[in-house]
Amino acid sequence: MDGLLALYIFMLAAFTGYEIIAKVPVILHTPLMSGSNFIHGVVVVGAMIMLGSADTVIQQVIGFFAVALGAANAAGGYVVTERMLAMFKKKEDA
Amino acid sequence: MMSLPLYVQGAWFLGAALFIFGLKGMSSPASARKGIVIAGYGMLLAIAGTFLIPGLQNIALIALALALGGSAAWISGKKVKMTDMPQMVAIYNGMGGGAAAGIAAIEFAKGDALSLATTILAMVGALIGAVSFTGSCVAWAKLQGVLKKAHRLPAQNAVNVILALVAIGLGGAMVFMAPAKPELILAFFAVSLLLGIIVTLPIGGADMPVVISLFNAFTGLAVGFEGYVLGNPALIIAGIVVGAAGTLLTQLMAKAMNRPISNILFTPMVASGPGEAIEGTMKELSALDAAAMMRYASKVIIVPGYGMAVAHAQHKVWEMTSILEEAGVEVKFAIHPVAGRMPGHMNVLLAEAGVPYDKIFDLEEINGEFGQADVALIIGANDVVNPSARTDKASPIYGMPILNADMAQNVIVIKRGKGTGYSGVENALFYTDNCRMLYGDAQPMAGEIIQHLKAMG
Repeated sequence: MDGLLALYIFMLAAFTGYEIIAKVPVILHTPLMSGSNFIHGVVVVGAMIMLGSADTVIQQVIGFFAVALGAANAAGGYVVTERMLAMFKKKEDA
Repeated sequence: MMSLPLYVQGAWFLGAALFIFGLKGMSSPASARKGIVIAGYGMLLAIAGTFLIPGLQNIALIALALALGGSAAWISGKKVKMTDMPQMVAIYNGMGGGAAAGIAAIEFAKGDALSLATTILAMVGALIGAVSFTGSCVAWAKLQGVLKKAHRLPAQNAVNVILALVAIGLGGAMVFMAPAKPELILAFFAVSLLLGIIVTLPIGGADMPVVISLFNAFTGLAVGFEGYVLGNPALIIAGIVVGAAGTLLTQLMAKAMNRPISNILFTPMVASGPGEAIEGTMKELSALDAAAMMRYASKVIIVPGYGMAVAHAQHKVWEMTSILEEAGVEVKFAIHPVAGRMPGHMNVLLAEAGVPYDKIFDLEEINGEFGQADVALIIGANDVVNPSARTDKASPIYGMPILNADMAQNVIVIKRGKGTGYSGVENALFYTDNCRMLYGDAQPMAGEIIQHLKAMG
């Protein structure tokens, strides 16, 4: 990938992440940490690509573990975040 | 970058867009749940799109790994108790770091000719991914109680620095001697994984939330870097957004504890001396008196700490709150940023008990109100209400922002025993004239107060 273009993506993504968190109330910090944890679970896509092009047994074994770990990151991150956020209620709907 | 069909690229693009929308939604309690669901669809879309890559091999293996990892985490995530949430987040995060390191490992094993910048980023991503992986596992073990003690090596800091330098040196060798020999790759990963363990082992439980948050940011960066190596913008965006967000979150937490991140990593929390002598005595109180004091107050502020969560008293406390409110008492909850084992953890625990979030206030919102409160009820919290943090320069917690519970007319402390808090520091608040101690486990104690309140009608 064009290195300079990637640098722009890095810069903009870093700014986006900073801006989103800067406004978050403290009460959401735990679900948010867990939610951002879920989002980097997208690493599973990268692991799938690698396993999908693995051509030795060693690469397949590492790839298999990488996909399993990435999938666990994504699935687990989603479940616990959703569970926590489902509990946040205002007085009227409690 | 290999040229991929538009539907694959499109799925990734939409996935990345949904992640950002989802995270944005998570920034307010009202839309937070919708946010995570949106991000969830983004993830499914990105994974589905990846299956459509033309010429993808080992599809059965991929599906099996997805099913195994996904279902194991799904089930454990459904079961985990809310008090155990921090270590669960830690372990899921570590797995992501491990996956990022795995991507780099395969990349190096393939030995394809990559540009210098790409190789360096692959190596850096692998290093921080591996550290995050083992470090998070240690963090999990500590919070889960599997590892009880903080193990400190002699010359710990020197060992940390040397290990880090060795890892970087091996990584550098890998970059410049590409394609690297398998032994070199193996040594690099072994040292990186060991580094994560050694760095995390001596860190105490009180600092663990900051460490988990830091590793979360690490994994984000590792994912972003490996995304660059793979030429996949969706990974770059998701990873870097999380890396930046996690870094900020880590700083916010460290600030709330008044502990620079470098201190957390490199110096253990120790009392730097006995501190100022505390005058006065601790005065006890009965549950009946506590009930009466709150029943006839006009404003009560409750300060819950981790002790309340450990005692599973939050449901009782909320029941007590409801009774007080029905009697016309204004009740608010004051949460210190580091209450619980993660910032915001206490909010989750109160939410689980059914406490509406508009009754919960953070330090800056509520500190001015303690002066008008008749009673400050402190349940299982200690260091976060210690006035020594304001006044005693010799105290190890000096400078940490605290909840000004001592400014309330009366202070009631529910506490298991006379011991000190997590930091091991004596609490001057307990010795002040307007403070009364209620010794006992938070849950039965709250139950007793409820009985007395009901009797008062």
